[in-house]
Amino acid sequence: MVVTSIIHIVTFLVIVLGILVLGLLTSWVDRKVTARVQARVGPPWFQPVADILKLLGKETLVPETSARAVFLLAPLFGLAGVALAAGLLGHVLLWPDVGFLGDVVVLVYLLIIPALAVIIGASASGNPIAAVGASREMKLVLGYELPSLIVIATIIYKSGFDLRLGQIMNGQMTAGWNLWSISGIIGFFVLLLSTQAKLGLVPFDVPEAEQEIMGGTITEYSGPPLAMIKISKIMLMAIMPLFMIVLLLGGVHFKGLSVIWSILKYVVIIVLIVLIRNTNPRVRIDQAVKFFWGPMTVLALAGLILAIWGL
Amino acid sequence: MSLTRWGLKKSPWVYHVALSPCNNCDIEILDVLTPRFDVERFGIKLVGSPRHADALLVSGSINRHVLPRFKELYKQTAKPCVVFGIGSCALSMTMFRDGYSCVGPLDEVVREIDPNAIIAYVPGCPPKPEAIILGVVKALQAL
Repeated sequence: MVVTSIIHIVTFLVIVLGILVLGLLTSWVDRKVTARVQARVGPPWFQPVADILKLLGKETLVPETSARAVFLLAPLFGLAGVALAAGLLGHVLLWPDVGFLGDVVVLVYLLIIPALAVIIGASASGNPIAAVGASREMKLVLGYELPSLIVIATIIYKSGFDLRLGQIMNGQMTAGWNLWSISGIIGFFVLLLSTQAKLGLVPFDVPEAEQEIMGGTITEYSGPPLAMIKISKIMLMAIMPLFMIVLLLGGVHFKGLSVIWSILKYVVIIVLIVLIRNTNPRVRIDQAVKFFWGPMTVLALAGLILAIWGL
Repeated sequence: MSLTRWGLKKSPWVYHVALSPCNNCDIEILDVLTPRFDVERFGIKLVGSPRHADALLVSGSINRHVLPRFKELYKQTAKPCVVFGIGSCALSMTMFRDGYSCVGPLDEVVREIDPNAIIAYVPGCPPKPEAIILGVVKALQAL
């Protein structure tokens, strides 16, 4: 009993570390491609690692007006949520048959935690700029969660109301990818833009807009807590594309040539995200919410109705 | 060399502090951050909050009006941090040395707050972007 739980804990840690390494690599690719798009050379491959290590060695400053405990615990809360999500998703990818009923719902909940932690931390910091950032983050979360949840509901409908992520992934091996239908293409488009907002990248980086509200939600953070927020962001950057692959693109497989095929799917989604990021200016928060609650929700609902019709 | 110190050398995030400059040095600092000079090669990034900064790029001869703000700002910066005096004004105050409003130079002001502060200079009126990059890279290697 003790031995199996130790094995489980070690497996979980290895999966989380694997997702972290993948995320570090992805965030470097993001910065490098951005630099190439702007005709620059860009940072060396170890840049994200250097950033994190540096932040871990810096002083932690706590503002006088902040709620100290909440301010310092919020990043930990967010990191814990992301790590759990990484463990759950990695486990599904490695052993698709061992999932439990409803793990897709659990994953959706866990993926909201980092945004929630950022809102709590920013509100606790006692800084007016961070408060503006927190209010924007709150509106953005309400905005992008609605269409992306409708898309996830569409996919659950298409897989015959199976709430296990492993079954959704395996079902696509026999029935073909969820992407290859009109509702699937609509779902991919909506989910891609929601991912953009969830990762806090331009056009939807309103809560952190460096040029107008100086980092917004993370203004008051320094040192190790800031490193934790950055690590959660970096891990989310690996989790969200993998989640999209599982839901729409037939999942990730590790046998023989399908490894290359899986890497290709991952790279395509990352390239799409980086290109959207580099070719669009930042929108205002009201425009972002209107965009997600207007066209995106209508599209997602159309996708759901088309899926019920069997398209 | 510890890992965190290595990280500090490889990713210094800078915060731009203008302490009553004539704007020439500021324009040169902004030049450094353009794609032409691409300081992200060295991991240098402009940040919006002193809490995130590892290096303060200070320009100008410091006058009485900005002094309390600068003191506050230095205390808000997470240590260890490096203070860079960009341009001759921050270095020696040049022709503003006897000015009634000026309290500089930079090193005296910073030492007053923190005797162990790390201070580096890039002389010039204004220094060229290449000189600023060279100064920052040399100072970080000496860290």
